[in-house]
Amino acid sequence: MSSRKAILGAIRHSLGRQRGDGAEQAVEARLRTHDRNLVPQRGCLEGEALLSLFSSQAERVDATVERVATDAEVPEAVAEYLKRNNLPPRVRMAPHPDIQALPWAEKAPLLEVAEGRADPQDLVSVTPAFAAVAETGTLVLHSGPQTPTTLNFLPENHVVVVRASQVVGAYEEVWDRLRAANPAALPRTVNMITGPSRTGDIEQRLELGAHGPRRLHIVLIAEEGDS
Amino acid sequence: MQSTSHAFKQNAHRALHDPMLQKAMGHVRSGFIDKRVQAAARLPEFDQLRDQAKAIKDHTLAHLDHYLERYEAKVLEMGGKVHWCATAEEAREAVLSICRSLDARTVTKGKSMLSEEIALNEHLEANGIEPVETDLGEYIIQLRKEPPSHIIAPAVHVNKEQVEADFRRVHKNLPPERSLSEAAQLVDEARQVLRQRYLEADVGITGANFLIAETGTSVIVTNEGNGDLTQTLPKAHIVVASLEKVVPTLEDCATILRVLARSATGQEFSSYTTFSTGPRRPEDPDGPEEYHVILLDNGRSSMLGTEFQDMLRCIRCGACMNHCPVYHAVGGHSYGWVYPGPMGAVLTPSLIGVEEAGHLPNASTFCGRCEAVCPMRIPLPKMMRHWREREFEQHQAPAKARLAIEAWAFVAKRPRLYRWATSLLIGALGRAGRRRGRFRELPLAGGWTAHRDFPAPSGRSFQARWAEQQRRGRASR
Repeated sequence: MSSRKAILGAIRHSLGRQRGDGAEQAVEARLRTHDRNLVPQRGCLEGEALLSLFSSQAERVDATVERVATDAEVPEAVAEYLKRNNLPPRVRMAPHPDIQALPWAEKAPLLEVAEGRADPQDLVSVTPAFAAVAETGTLVLHSGPQTPTTLNFLPENHVVVVRASQVVGAYEEVWDRLRAANPAALPRTVNMITGPSRTGDIEQRLELGAHGPRRLHIVLIAEEGDS
Repeated sequence: MQSTSHAFKQNAHRALHDPMLQKAMGHVRSGFIDKRVQAAARLPEFDQLRDQAKAIKDHTLAHLDHYLERYEAKVLEMGGKVHWCATAEEAREAVLSICRSLDARTVTKGKSMLSEEIALNEHLEANGIEPVETDLGEYIIQLRKEPPSHIIAPAVHVNKEQVEADFRRVHKNLPPERSLSEAAQLVDEARQVLRQRYLEADVGITGANFLIAETGTSVIVTNEGNGDLTQTLPKAHIVVASLEKVVPTLEDCATILRVLARSATGQEFSSYTTFSTGPRRPEDPDGPEEYHVILLDNGRSSMLGTEFQDMLRCIRCGACMNHCPVYHAVGGHSYGWVYPGPMGAVLTPSLIGVEEAGHLPNASTFCGRCEAVCPMRIPLPKMMRHWREREFEQHQAPAKARLAIEAWAFVAKRPRLYRWATSLLIGALGRAGRRRGRFRELPLAGGWTAHRDFPAPSGRSFQARWAEQQRRGRASR
């Protein structure tokens, strides 16, 4: 007998499963409707309150957040960020239209820009986000041809460009948006990122930059009428 | 791993006299508890979410067969493979044969207690494949050739100076004059050394915090990002998961995630929560080409439908051990197997037998803190009591203890005899201890008085005083 059959048989025996007991229909219905459970109050904000909760929660977990008014300000913000942190003016960008469309050459002419998956030598990556969640200051990114996952983990500095319209209150809204954008199946990897990499494994003392990025910088585009 | 649970008493005795361990355990006593309290206080709905998280798992366990089938179907649809394994041995072999099919020489690993449970590293090493632990805590204990002593902080028993000595011993190619006295320097060095290992690994192995039936997804929750590098860079990603990890939907997963990190480290959310569904898609620029799930039973299916079913709700947050006075005193290694603390005291006898692990459910004061903080509301003390009963029924308790319990039971079942005997005993103790109010030594209570005084009773039993108060109350009415 295969292990699969043996294990399922053992489970059915332990549960006292009967044919026609309605269990299968119950499972079917739950998976189909995927109802929400309790969503905390703080995940139900809107407008400016939503954006400021997102920012303050992200900052609580050692991310840095910078607000800009328009797309055109992003390249300068990134260049300034590199300068502030004594980083060379070189970034690895996600080959994503939202990032490519930013006026890099015009607004940050000294910035050297490369695209594609991360190389081990890359110090800084710039990526878009799929969404951002205010309740815990969490960014949601996913894999795909325009968004390599290695950009989120290999470089020491991760700059994420988020639009106000991408900020939601609670995780459940992300699931709805993910299902709508990917009706067939989830992308291979969905990363929820809350602050930079950290560890408490040495004497329970928090240290940033264990294996993933040491710094996480969020550039939030809060266009008029966007939020 | 080889169990030393039968030697709990000797292990605990050694631990209590180990000054390095006692120093390290001080960090557990101070850190985790306050952080959890603060995180819970920041979320007014925390206790309601615990109730819902419990209900989700109860529902899933009651329909586990169907959810596992749905989960499997979805993984297959997404191009992954599911390997059903009834025993630890089957699971080890399944991982090995995947590694062999890829001619793997090194595998990187994210922290997985299930991997410890099936003794995967030893098996891979014995077959010429080098496993490299990448979670900092796991890396440290791998260098020290020790088992983990905590399910989320495996090296919690190790002090900074010991880590420095281990790094100097193993990282021989780095300059010996380098400074390693700060935690940050140790973290940096591990980052540097392991970075190379990620890039050269052929296979990445992670555990799973959840399996989602709706989407065929495995979920890992980490802070370091090591799990992500482990599963993204090599050719294949192997997930080792036990079958009770399944939850129905993304929504259900979100609810449990809201209580997980808060209970574990006191964070509102861990740095990285990663959802993996199948192998990389044809157009993806990175990610693993193969995705395998090792779905392990190893005794869990027979816990269903018994008084131990509730234990299968456990999400491995570690709150029970963080709050356990016994764990604080003796550390995780004393428990002798993979799972320490209260959750280990319940789970270990289920997985390796009460004959081997019978001491563990006895190593509890029943103070109840574990149950009070458990996000899944698992009645841990009650289940430890079940194990004690089983142990007694199976005649495994020591003869002296059995005799004492039987004598007590005889008296307790006869109320008049009980009242007479206790009032006699308490009266005698009360008179003998009247002057000092406590005893330095007491016959039959040497185990107690070896470490502390025994307080002298007031001289009258509770029942006698209660009866008197009732009489007085009636008289005054």
